[in-house]
Amino acid sequence: MALSTKHLLGIKDLNNEDIQLILSTAGQFKEVLQRPVKKVPTLRDVNIVNLFYENSTRTRISFELAEKRLSADVVNFTVSSSSAAKGETLLDTVNNILSMKVDMVVMRHSASGAPHFLAKHIDAAIINAGDGINEHPTQALLDAFSMVEKFGSLKGLKVAIIGDIMHSRVALSNIYLLKKMGAEIMVAGPPTLIPTYLQAAMDVKVEYNIDKALAWCDVANVLRIQLERQNQPLFSSLREYNLAYGITMERLNKLKSEIVIMHPGPINRGVEMDSEVADSKHAIILDQVENGVAVRMACLYLLTGRTNPA
Amino acid sequence: MILISEQQLPSIVKRLAHQILETYPGLNNAVIVGLQPRGVYLSDRIVAALTQELAPEQVLYGKLDITFFRDDIRRELHLATQTHLPFSIEGKTVILIDDVLFTGRTIRAALDALLSFGRPSKVALCVLVDRKPSRELPIQPDFSGKEMDTLTPQKVKVRWKENDGVDDVVLLAE
Repeated sequence: MALSTKHLLGIKDLNNEDIQLILSTAGQFKEVLQRPVKKVPTLRDVNIVNLFYENSTRTRISFELAEKRLSADVVNFTVSSSSAAKGETLLDTVNNILSMKVDMVVMRHSASGAPHFLAKHIDAAIINAGDGINEHPTQALLDAFSMVEKFGSLKGLKVAIIGDIMHSRVALSNIYLLKKMGAEIMVAGPPTLIPTYLQAAMDVKVEYNIDKALAWCDVANVLRIQLERQNQPLFSSLREYNLAYGITMERLNKLKSEIVIMHPGPINRGVEMDSEVADSKHAIILDQVENGVAVRMACLYLLTGRTNPA
Repeated sequence: MILISEQQLPSIVKRLAHQILETYPGLNNAVIVGLQPRGVYLSDRIVAALTQELAPEQVLYGKLDITFFRDDIRRELHLATQTHLPFSIEGKTVILIDDVLFTGRTIRAALDALLSFGRPSKVALCVLVDRKPSRELPIQPDFSGKEMDTLTPQKVKVRWKENDGVDDVVLLAE
């Protein structure tokens, strides 16, 4: 039994069995991460290149840790210090790297569809670590793993995704995955940050009132407000965003029952979420980070079986 | 063809449990580790026999999955099952239990896997069937139920009540 896809480009391409397989394998790797020796020799002769055209510390570190715990050999390619600055095309860069017999590519790019383009042209397995405003499948998988850890199952779970939905590949991947697994989904935020077509296209609830969203949900996945956008006419100011949509202890204390708070990170404390909430027992944000390594180990492991025998 | 009948199997399990107790009286400083996924059916039964002779706190029992330590990842993908070792193995005797000892590669992987948990003072091996002529690595059992002395192309199938409704060992026609 293996994944139905050769690459991990998006949740869109995965079926329910794939998702279950990744989540249960991640559970086994999470147990490995509790051992005194957290390393396994499984990907011992596999070479992986982390091809990050967009800046990212935490995702890259998470992937790098996952790769190293599997004993794989890792090469990091960051665009600023590379020949992309000299004008080398994406395809040329990758083909050059592959000529050095690299087995897998973990890729983050600012253009939606970049990993799909690559998949058409190279033989190695590709994991999408985020492409433009399209998808971020491993984030959705680790979010799902964290929710299953807390609630036992995603079926019928009420999940509110809150914040800048419009520009969020995390939101989209989460929506695809939660839909496949039978959860109920609500997107909440200012109308300027929620695409008008989402409700009809993805059959999700839309809510512009944050208190109603928090009262409805079992778990709130709070997205980062990108500080770069505060000068665009999308919301009046960060302070006003926090007043209208920020997750504060005041708001949580008004609720009849406790909800779970999630955030993909990094948090803008005092904007989309107050410090008090981020550090409270409601938040499982650090568990998400821990689970991220286990989930990425599972993805790397399950895709490796596809590489050519030595 | 029946290798171990359902009448013989319980006696073999009892005998193996007693051999273990004879060599490690009171299971002092020793722990039992069943190998996933198929060795645990045997280790469950051996541990049941041991708990009849000893106090429950004397029997330390865990399960180990060795999928991530296999040497054939590029050929075939295997799915991992649960590992649960709720005690330290540092300085202890680890008694590994598996159903069939064939090439020895699973036990090699198990020895590596154990190193993730600490440094045992000794590792001993207990198996139900020893396919001795088929060994590919220098690994031998300390306790074995039945030894096969011929190279046979047939598959040795161990059947358990939980899955197949009967406890026995048969040779499958190819």
